[in-house]
Formats: sequence, structure tokens, C-alpha cells
Amino acid sequence: MNDTDMTTENKKTGIRLLAIETSCDETAAAVVEDGRHVLSNIIYTQIKLHTVFGGVVPEIASRKHIEKINLVIEAALKEAGVTLDEIDGIAVTYGPGLVGALLVGVAEAKAIAYAAHKPLIGVHHIEGHISANYIEYKDLEPPFLCLVASGGHSHLVLVKDYGVYEIIGRTRDDAAGEAFDKVARAIGLGYPGGPKVDKLAREGNPHAIEFPRAKIADAPDDFSFSGLKSAVLNYLNQCQMKGEIVNKADVAASFQQAVVDVLTDHTIQAADRLGIDKVAIAGGVASNSTLRGQLEKACLENGKTFYHPAPDLCTDNAAMIGAAGYYEFIKGVRDGWDLNAVPNLKIGSR
Amino acid sequence: MRVLAMDSSGLVASVAIVEDDTLIAEYTVNYKKTHSQTLLPMLDEVVKMIGQDLSEIDVIAVAAGPGSFTGLRIGSATAKGLGFALDKPLVSVPTLEGLAANLYGIGDAVVCPMMDARRKQVYTGIYGYEGEEFQVILPQTACPVEEIIEKCNELGRKVILLGDGIPVYREMIEKRMTVEHCYAPAHLNRQRAGAVAKRAMDLIREGRTETAADHVPVYLRKSQAERELEAKGRKLEE
Repeated sequence: MNDTDMTTENKKTGIRLLAIETSCDETAAAVVEDGRHVLSNIIYTQIKLHTVFGGVVPEIASRKHIEKINLVIEAALKEAGVTLDEIDGIAVTYGPGLVGALLVGVAEAKAIAYAAHKPLIGVHHIEGHISANYIEYKDLEPPFLCLVASGGHSHLVLVKDYGVYEIIGRTRDDAAGEAFDKVARAIGLGYPGGPKVDKLAREGNPHAIEFPRAKIADAPDDFSFSGLKSAVLNYLNQCQMKGEIVNKADVAASFQQAVVDVLTDHTIQAADRLGIDKVAIAGGVASNSTLRGQLEKACLENGKTFYHPAPDLCTDNAAMIGAAGYYEFIKGVRDGWDLNAVPNLKIGSR
Repeated sequence: MRVLAMDSSGLVASVAIVEDDTLIAEYTVNYKKTHSQTLLPMLDEVVKMIGQDLSEIDVIAVAAGPGSFTGLRIGSATAKGLGFALDKPLVSVPTLEGLAANLYGIGDAVVCPMMDARRKQVYTGIYGYEGEEFQVILPQTACPVEEIIEKCNELGRKVILLGDGIPVYREMIEKRMTVEHCYAPAHLNRQRAGAVAKRAMDLIREGRTETAADHVPVYLRKSQAERELEAKGRKLEE
């Protein structure tokens, strides 16, 4: 354990964490009290900067992080109305993510914790996404099943207890969000694909084209989206060869429906099998309106309670890191000054 | 004036605490562990060893580039975090100036540090002294090694060479450098935070401190994606 202020070590309530998140293209800092109450949640998004490249450029993201990080942290403390002295610990995302981007947040958080004599807590980015539900639902307690879907991740995670996770299913190839980005590019919508496909899909017929719903024989909870992505690209190619005009809204709606069907079915089936009556979603794709709607309906029909964070808590943010960090903090988890970024960090690997 | 200095621009990780003209502590490691794992534990070790109260540090100096992009950001983020938490100013020391400050009392000779910048280039510059005063003769730049050798030849003064670019380009230097030259020995030929602190003192006297929030590394190079974009005649916009 680090040489930190002992007065805060045994406290379990009134804990204020300064949380920092730089795993991809958002520079974010937040102050969160007791894992559930967001005192501030500042996000500097770089999306515009990366749009011209059609995706996040790691080196550009890292450069932007170091430019903005102190401003974002200062704004988070100011908006929360607390000084660094009144903070009980520093939580920081140390993986998974882009290594260069993660390193900015990790080095900054370590230096602040070190100089201010505060405990340091490394947080898993996906565990953060899952914990966004604790912020939205003050009474939500484990166990629950959480569908995590974002640009880099598609996981079904059983949250057995605070900070105790078991991966039930995972993607075998592309993440759900990745498939959205690729399809968006193919139909000329640009980056980031998720919100753009979601918007266009509202004008299309979700049953116009029958795209495949992949099942993996020996692993019913796992996902596969690369076949679906290829099917969309093939469809577009065939239309082009036949000289047919593509109804982009129908393609977007039908593609999205295929993704949502798979995510919904797998989630409900796994929850049933595990005897879990609470289902949550997390991650950027969780802000997709069709997914929310369909999963909510399926939960209702299957006697399950559905939890979903507000859209601004689904995309990358630091408040969720403060939520996950709190439950690590009260368990006594402390990281050392040699904490490193781990780009392929596994869920529940601590 | 007490300066905490760090350099993580290359393979070397180095931290030092200097009070005026006394080097109180310095810890330098030239080993392949990542700076993310070494830099702060090294600082902690130094601070404990000398019982340093961090609030008594006046300025935090960091080798601000050029160098390994990731290495620079680890140093800069560490300096920014320390500066923020301690409410102290930062000073950006150009990496090549910090390297050159390893040497002193060299008369009319010049120092030419070279860092391997890959893509057949070096990060380099030419430095000397006018009396006791450090002089920047050629500000740090990224260029082909032939070009800096030519500049040294044109200058016609004795050259002291150092840096991690030397083992890579020594053969070419031997072939092309026509002026008298020599190579700095092991204890003077890589980044050392003590030298960064020394150069920082000069810059602080010139009033060139900055806030922790404002500090950014100096890369001297755009990212590959940006270069490719510009090659297509477009520019990165915010």
C-alpha cells in the first residue's frame, strides 16, 4: 500500500473520488461520492478531430489527452465544489484501451495521487461502464446480468457482487459497435457509425432485408458480427452490380435489427438460464434506441427488471470510473506507483 | 531554488533534485522497463532517501521533447500531475538542450547531441558556451544525419558527440565528419535529469516557466496519420 493519508483509509461513506478516464478519444474527469452521486462529470470529446480519419487515430488521441487533461480535471473539481484536499482517492482507467491514450491518464493520476498523498485505484474500463448503472439506479445491487456493447467490446457479464465479474459471453470477432462503424462507412454515413445508423434506421424498414443472425454452436452466449457485416457488404455489392438503387435507410434498419435481435436474444436466454431477474446494459451501443426499446420489452415479457444508464453515462465518461473505483476503494484495493496501462486488460482480472 | 527534474524522452529514465548548484539526488536507469513502471517509483525512492518535502520544490522541470512520443507523454503527464497537485510551475526543457548540458568547460568546442529519430533521421542541435553561458547555436530539429554532419563541418569547431543516435550512425560520422570530434563517455552521453535541472535553472532565470495545465510536449513531428492527410492536401481541423 502507498504512503497515504490514513484518516481516509477506513471510511466507507462520504467517500469522494476524483476519477480520470483517457482510454480512447474522450478526455474525462469526474468527482463521484460513494460511487453513486455524481458531483461533476466533465468530458472533452475529440470525436470531430478523428472524423476526417474515419476512426480514432491513437497518436492524435494521445496528444489531445495531454493537452486537455489538467483543464478537464480542474473543471471537474471546480464544478463539484471541492478541492483536491477534500478528495479521498484517485481512480483511473488503466485498461483496456489504446495504450498511449491510457498512459496519459495513468501517469497523471499517479502523479496527483502521489503528490497529494491520496490512495490510487486502477479501474477496468468495462467495469466502469457496467457501474454506470449504479449511478442511474441508486438501489441497484448485484447480482445482475449486464450486456456490455461498445465500439471495442461485446460482452455478457454476470455481476456476482460489487467488483466480482464473470464473463458469460463475448464476441468471437467484431464488437457490435465496430460492426456499426463498418456498415456506416459502407453506406456512406461516416464516423462515428452508431448514432448515425440509429438515426437513419428510424426511416427504414427493419424487415426489408433478411440479414443473418449468427449463432455459435458450442457457445450460445457468444456473439459474432463479422458474418453480418459481410452480408451487408455483399448485399451492397450485389445491388451495385445489378444497378439497383440501395435504400440506405432499409439497410441501416435491417442491419441494426439483426444486431439488436442477437444481443437481446442472447441476453434474455442467458439471464433465464442463470436464474437472474435483473438485466442491465452498458457501453456506447447501449444508447442505441432500438436496442434499449427491444431489450426493455423482452425484459418485461420475461419478468425481468431492465436497467439502462442515461445516454451520457453510456458513452465514455469518468463518473462511471468513479462508481467502479468506489467499490474497489471500500474493499481496500490500492495500486502502487508502478501502475501501468494494460491495453488488453481482462474483466475481473485484479 | 529547488528544482525537481525528469527525463523519460528516450530509453533512459532519470529523476533528480537540484538545489541551486548542488545536485542532491539523481536516479538514472537505462533499462528496458517502461517509464510508466519506473519513473514515479524512482521519484518516490529519491524523495524518501533525502526526506524531501515535495511542497518545498519550487519548479518541476521536464525534458519536453523531442523523443519517444509515449515516453515524452509519461514524463509530461507526471510533471503536469505533480505541478497541479503541488500548485507549482513547470519548465519545459528542450530534450537536446538537456543532453548538451551534460558537458561544460569545453572552450571553443561545440556539443552535438543526436537521438535516433528513426526514418533515417536524428533529433539533433548544436550547442556551446560563451564564457559560462549556455548557447544554442542550432536549435533542436529532426533531420537526416548527413545534414547535421555537414553543419558541424561548416561550423569548423571541434565537436563533442553524444546521445543514443551515436551508436546507430557512428560509421557515417567517421566517414563524413571532417572537423575534429570526440565522443562523450558513458557517464555523460545519455539523458540525465541532473543536466535537465541545470538547463532548467537557466530557463527559469529567463522567466520561461509555464503552468501545469499549459504544458505540452514538443514532438517536432506530426503523427503519421496527420502527415498522410496533409500529403493528400488536407489539414487536421479541431
